[in-house]
Amino acid sequence: MTASSPTSPFLLGLRDGLPFIVVVGPFALLFGVVATEAGLQLSQTMAFSTVVIAGASQFAALQQIQIGAPTLMVVATALAVNLRMAMYSAALTPWLGPAPFWQRALIAYAIVDQTYALSVARFEQNPAWSIPQRVRYFFGTVTPILPLWVLLTAVGMLVGAAIPGWLALDFAVPICFLAIIGPMLRTPAHMAAALTSILLALVFSGLPYGSGLLLAAVCAMIVGARVEIWAEARRT
Amino acid sequence: MTQVWTIILVLGAATYLVRLSFLGLVGDRPLPAWLIRHLRYTAVAVLPGLVAPLVLWPEATGGAPDPARLAAAAVTLGVGLWRKSVLWAMGAGAATLYAGLALTGWATG
Repeated sequence: MTASSPTSPFLLGLRDGLPFIVVVGPFALLFGVVATEAGLQLSQTMAFSTVVIAGASQFAALQQIQIGAPTLMVVATALAVNLRMAMYSAALTPWLGPAPFWQRALIAYAIVDQTYALSVARFEQNPAWSIPQRVRYFFGTVTPILPLWVLLTAVGMLVGAAIPGWLALDFAVPICFLAIIGPMLRTPAHMAAALTSILLALVFSGLPYGSGLLLAAVCAMIVGARVEIWAEARRT
Repeated sequence: MTQVWTIILVLGAATYLVRLSFLGLVGDRPLPAWLIRHLRYTAVAVLPGLVAPLVLWPEATGGAPDPARLAAAAVTLGVGLWRKSVLWAMGAGAATLYAGLALTGWATG
């Protein structure tokens, strides 16, 4: 796809975003199911998916709610999962920064892993795109992903009760998380951070109200950064 | 129940501010290198620690380690690492879990 292509940026974004419905769909369904089991009302579950729109952090919040963590701990843990989005925001700024503020305010709402990754890749491929063309592309990628996220959360809530016990749904959340983690472990630094997170979370699991996980996460982040510096020094 | 609403609203607002941070507020200024270095590892620092106790001490078995669940976890992580694909990892993990549960169910009786 080149800059001279007749395809409109919006349609291109729409087409690029479509394959992700296979990934986003099951997560949304599962969130609906698990939230119902955790005792959330329909309105709360829908609000979660509409206001937060970040699967991993929504699951993390549910998990912390279920162990009875206090509000501050739940928010801190779930927010930690979302801090990477500051990086996405920074990466999109050179491309979309000159757009009007109200457009950027809307774009910010829709920044998720997929819309960010697709957009930055296409913007680099088509540096000649105007600002409005880039904005249209971004919202093209949003169109198949976000409404589906909210819709399938609701479907998950409605079908949840009909899922039989032998399906061992208790383990769907760990499998989902592990499936997300595997492809993330691209470098020794990522692996070191993940390993630190596991070991310390288990060691600190006796600490009250999920504070052990937060402590483990902070240490793991520092270990990741340290290993990165060390690996860079070795390469040069 | 009000706790859940507070969590949704505070987490939603805070997450929105994180998303808006550079695009809407800070603008086109480079992030300090040390900050990028730490932000890169936020997801891998939280999620593995979150999942580890769920894998080792599953609630469904009363906290006793379960061979079927352990095998499913190992396969999910391994396939995700190998294929770099979330979907493949999920599929392989689910298949292992059901095969394992069927096997242990049959063995115990």
